[in-house]
Amino acid sequence: MSNRDIQNTMAVFKREFLAYFNSPVFYVIVVIFLLAAMGFPFLFSRILESDDVNLTERFFVWHPWIYTVLAPAVGMRLWSEEHRLGTIELLLTMPVSPWHAILGKFFAAAAVWLAGLVLTFPIVWTVCYLGEPDMGPIISGYIASYLYALSCLSLTCAVSAITRSQVVCFISSVFVCLVIALIGDPGFTQLIVSSVPGWAEWLVHVVSYFSFMDHFYELTKGIFVTHDVLYFVSVIIVTLIFTHEVLRAKRA
Amino acid sequence: MIQVQNLIKVFGTKVAVDDISFSVEKGEVLGFLGPNGAGKSTTMRMVTGYFRPTSGSVSLCGIDMLENPEAAKQRLGYLPENAPLYSDMTVASFLGFCAEMRGLHGAARNKAIDRVLEMCFLDNVRNQSVDTLSKGYRHRTCFAQSIIHDPDVLILDEPTDGLDPNQKHEVRSMIKRMGKDKAIIFSTHILEEVEAACSRAIIIDRGKVVADGTPESLKKLVPGAHSLDEVFRSITKPDTAPAKAA
Repeated sequence: MSNRDIQNTMAVFKREFLAYFNSPVFYVIVVIFLLAAMGFPFLFSRILESDDVNLTERFFVWHPWIYTVLAPAVGMRLWSEEHRLGTIELLLTMPVSPWHAILGKFFAAAAVWLAGLVLTFPIVWTVCYLGEPDMGPIISGYIASYLYALSCLSLTCAVSAITRSQVVCFISSVFVCLVIALIGDPGFTQLIVSSVPGWAEWLVHVVSYFSFMDHFYELTKGIFVTHDVLYFVSVIIVTLIFTHEVLRAKRA
Repeated sequence: MIQVQNLIKVFGTKVAVDDISFSVEKGEVLGFLGPNGAGKSTTMRMVTGYFRPTSGSVSLCGIDMLENPEAAKQRLGYLPENAPLYSDMTVASFLGFCAEMRGLHGAARNKAIDRVLEMCFLDNVRNQSVDTLSKGYRHRTCFAQSIIHDPDVLILDEPTDGLDPNQKHEVRSMIKRMGKDKAIIFSTHILEEVEAACSRAIIIDRGKVVADGTPESLKKLVPGAHSLDEVFRSITKPDTAPAKAA
């Protein structure tokens, strides 16, 4: 990494990050995220009625489902908008490597998501006020939640490189994120296993192994497991490399 | 300064650019002519490094575009067709972003912005959102972006498209002024423009160069032709003509 690499990536990052704040989409998404992330624990998980200040089962458990819908909404504009406006032609004829642009954009979306996640702090404050929670699981829960969000974002980023339509990108990304969330759900896996012939059972289990969910739950339990973190990091790296290849193929 | 050799671009089974070679020296303004779909934009996109050629080579100021794209692109200013802009930015912030991407930071960045704002008569829309600009201003903003780092090579894809006659005149004289110490390629449909601004012109038809010379010498290509218009029509084939059996 040279100085120039950092400067170029920062230039893209700054532009993208400010673009979020200039558009109403960002505010809508953050408000919906906060309503969902803060509302579900109280409405559905009855966090106040239980005699327990553990956030894992009542707060973090909702996050994958919220991200399935909202992360594509944040990421859908990253490359689709460039294709639609034609600015991609400007961006890729600048003296920068495509990686500067890909990373700058991804980090901008990641920073937006960090801002959203930080704004959920009142719930931590609430459980601290009501009892004495173990901070370990809360911290690792936040890390798990953020990694899950970043994985959904990088998937959306890859999809948005393919299409110039934000709507197509949004719908396809939600679908992909939903499938990835569902295949890790034990109930759903059981349902599939019961409907496929016996010899294909192993296939279902292999596929379900690739779900984000198992890794997410492991992490939220408060045991910081390196291989689960590595799993999410590798998902992000693979999808970003895929983005790079799509962009290259489009210009070839 | 611009060396293009045996450039070929194939999309699927369609040959968009078929073995084009030319060079442009410092101080030359090259007009790129041809019917729609002749391969003008595709050629320009390869020269700017946006498209990867199927085969052939491009070098700018002696730097090979395929081997060393970042260094070659540093020497280049590019105005793409339809002047794309980031619609959520102001004119000044857009130019600032482009300057930073070109490696200009701090005081050098601000100086570059002020210089092009003045050159392209954009001072009064400096803090206006790009979204609210009229077509002429949008075009000039994108043009300003292409010269912000004072490049040696300037590639302009239809720089006067959609402008009113005053603006066309302004852009033309700007090109002519800058042509003195740069190598410029610009494409156009307007043939008077070629006579007004170019020192040389190339006519492309169906991916091939069919004529190359000064505007005066092109006129002599077709006996009895009095204007470039007639030359253009007699050496390029309209879309509606039946394809010649090869």
